[in-house]
Amino acid sequence: MSFVQEFKTQALRLTHDLRHRQLIQTALRKYEIVRDKSRAAFRDWQAARQAAAETKWEAINHLDKYLVEFTDKLAARGTKVHWASTASQARDIILGIIREKKARSIIKSKAMTSEEIHLNEALEHAGYEVVESDLGEFIVQLRHEAPYHIVFPAMHLSRGDISELFTRELGSAQTDNPEELTMIARRVLREKYVTADIGLTGANFAIAETGMISITENEGNARLTGSLPKVVISLLGIEKILPRLEDLALFLPMLAVSGTGQALTCYNSLYGGPRQPGESDGPEEYHVVLLDNRRTELLADAEQRDALHCIRCGACLNVCPIFRNVGGHTYGTTYSGPIGSVITPHLRGLQDWKHLSYASSLCGACTETCPVKIDLHHHLLQNRRNASNQKPSTLEKMAFKLFAFTVNRPGLYAFARGAGRIAQKLHSLVKRTRLDPAGGWTTTRDLPPIASQTFKEFWKTRNKS
Amino acid sequence: MSEKENILARVREALRVPAPWPGHSPAPSNRTGGPPSDNARQWLPSVRPSFDDQVALFRKNAGDLKAEFFLLEGVDELPAKLAQLRETEGWKKIGTHDGELTTAACRALDLPTCRTDHPYDAKDLETCDAGITECDALIAQTGSVLLTSRSAGGRALSVLPPHHVVLARREQLISDLPEAFALLKRKYQSNYPSFMTLITGPSRTGDIERILVLGAHGPKKLTIFCV
Repeated sequence: MSFVQEFKTQALRLTHDLRHRQLIQTALRKYEIVRDKSRAAFRDWQAARQAAAETKWEAINHLDKYLVEFTDKLAARGTKVHWASTASQARDIILGIIREKKARSIIKSKAMTSEEIHLNEALEHAGYEVVESDLGEFIVQLRHEAPYHIVFPAMHLSRGDISELFTRELGSAQTDNPEELTMIARRVLREKYVTADIGLTGANFAIAETGMISITENEGNARLTGSLPKVVISLLGIEKILPRLEDLALFLPMLAVSGTGQALTCYNSLYGGPRQPGESDGPEEYHVVLLDNRRTELLADAEQRDALHCIRCGACLNVCPIFRNVGGHTYGTTYSGPIGSVITPHLRGLQDWKHLSYASSLCGACTETCPVKIDLHHHLLQNRRNASNQKPSTLEKMAFKLFAFTVNRPGLYAFARGAGRIAQKLHSLVKRTRLDPAGGWTTTRDLPPIASQTFKEFWKTRNKS
Repeated sequence: MSEKENILARVREALRVPAPWPGHSPAPSNRTGGPPSDNARQWLPSVRPSFDDQVALFRKNAGDLKAEFFLLEGVDELPAKLAQLRETEGWKKIGTHDGELTTAACRALDLPTCRTDHPYDAKDLETCDAGITECDALIAQTGSVLLTSRSAGGRALSVLPPHHVVLARREQLISDLPEAFALLKRKYQSNYPSFMTLITGPSRTGDIERILVLGAHGPKKLTIFCV
């Protein structure tokens, strides 16, 4: 099945799934309440957004300079920096480190970039045990599923689903208490942290000025992953750059407010290298893998370059009427929601993924909520334009030619109008049946009836009376 | 060419076309006052300047986050307060590091102790009931504890044991996040610790139906004593 067919089938199924809808609405309502409260505590949220957008603009539009600064600073303190142009290069680099260390087990904290390069599959295929330590990621890993949402990976599951899953996979007793479920995962994972040979993390920000990686999390799993194993690897996209350490004073609270609604996330940690002289713990080796994977293609599109400002907070997913109805898995992409619809065509091919840009009401809620002011809904329009310029639809072209031909000839137009009135009456007989020639469009849409009188006719009768 | 050069070459090629200024507004022709985030303080939640106000704000924020905060009269009160925790929670073993506040207070507890100043066994630390550390600052604006691997006995002491106890001095209470990063720069610019973190409440998750559960992987409890 093509990507677009798959999308349509899943979307149709999930929009009718009331249980799914209820789970998502409940979760997001809770998010909205805390988000609004935390946002209101800001003295000027809008000015903060503009400053954040300008800071990311500065970073992305001088990316070469900041990448060099970032990696030089990291290397100066003993971090090994690796550059990967493609997903397969990144996988090979990471596999290479693991093989060289003769490691067996790998503990991993949340990293969307690793989903993007399908790292877990590659590591498991090579015979290594990889354990996701973020609770939500741990749950979806047990289900052999991709994360449902970039911030809330298990948002689509009820506590009952999770209890059943734990009983089946971990042999734990059934419970519908979220705290007990969390403690089951805590016990299972504790052992893994202390024994894992390799820790794998993602990153939220890369600080050029000081050569540090910033990781934001609530659970403490990333801190354990970055503290206990002898070798730690961080995988991140080249767009994660922020110029200065102080920029975090703005970005950390904005990420928290937009991502989960918190004023500040529980742990905001900076990692500046392996264990330094005089330090008692931390990894002996620290590796940073920088990934391009077609980000430079998006960078080359000056019109949509601001999509690389994205801090992956998920705020645009949470407000999107499409996401809320079709759900995260339906997209079939690593990054879902509005930002996923904008960037996936750049990362994986415009013609295969243009349908995501059409699956939008263009309401602009995403643009309005984005903490770094990415012009998301205009980018969806630009994707549509680019897709049709690249591969025009002959049917659409013919339809518009026919339309232009008709409206330029008053006689023909009057005839078409009359014929249209009759056709519309007849159409109601076949609407929503297989016989409808325009079924793809009209099954879910009603065309307003053609007026019984034109304006000209109306004017004439009005002046007579 | 190495991959580094390949990627940088693609970046430079891509950036030859300038991008429009963000936010649908024209770029300021002569911007003054440094980078945009220098003004962060004027947009972030407000913090009053007096010590009492900042203590009250820290107390409120910490309380909302389910962390416990105690402002003590002096250092002398610490041993008794810690002994009280030892009794109520039945501590059998603690983890700590050498420090102006920690050394004396922890010695008075008279418990088996895992010291993390020098390389230690993570399995040993894992069996501790509490990790007692110092810190670099307390931040009133967010109710956060700022600490580093140098000020707080390494990376794991403040996250592996189920209860994290922070010992801080009054003068370590600071107003807001911009001040926190300025402090890190002043204190460590010549040689940063390899790990620095802002701790805001005990470990938590909302991954199951967005219901708050404390102690996901890190400490279930966070207690802050300020002397």
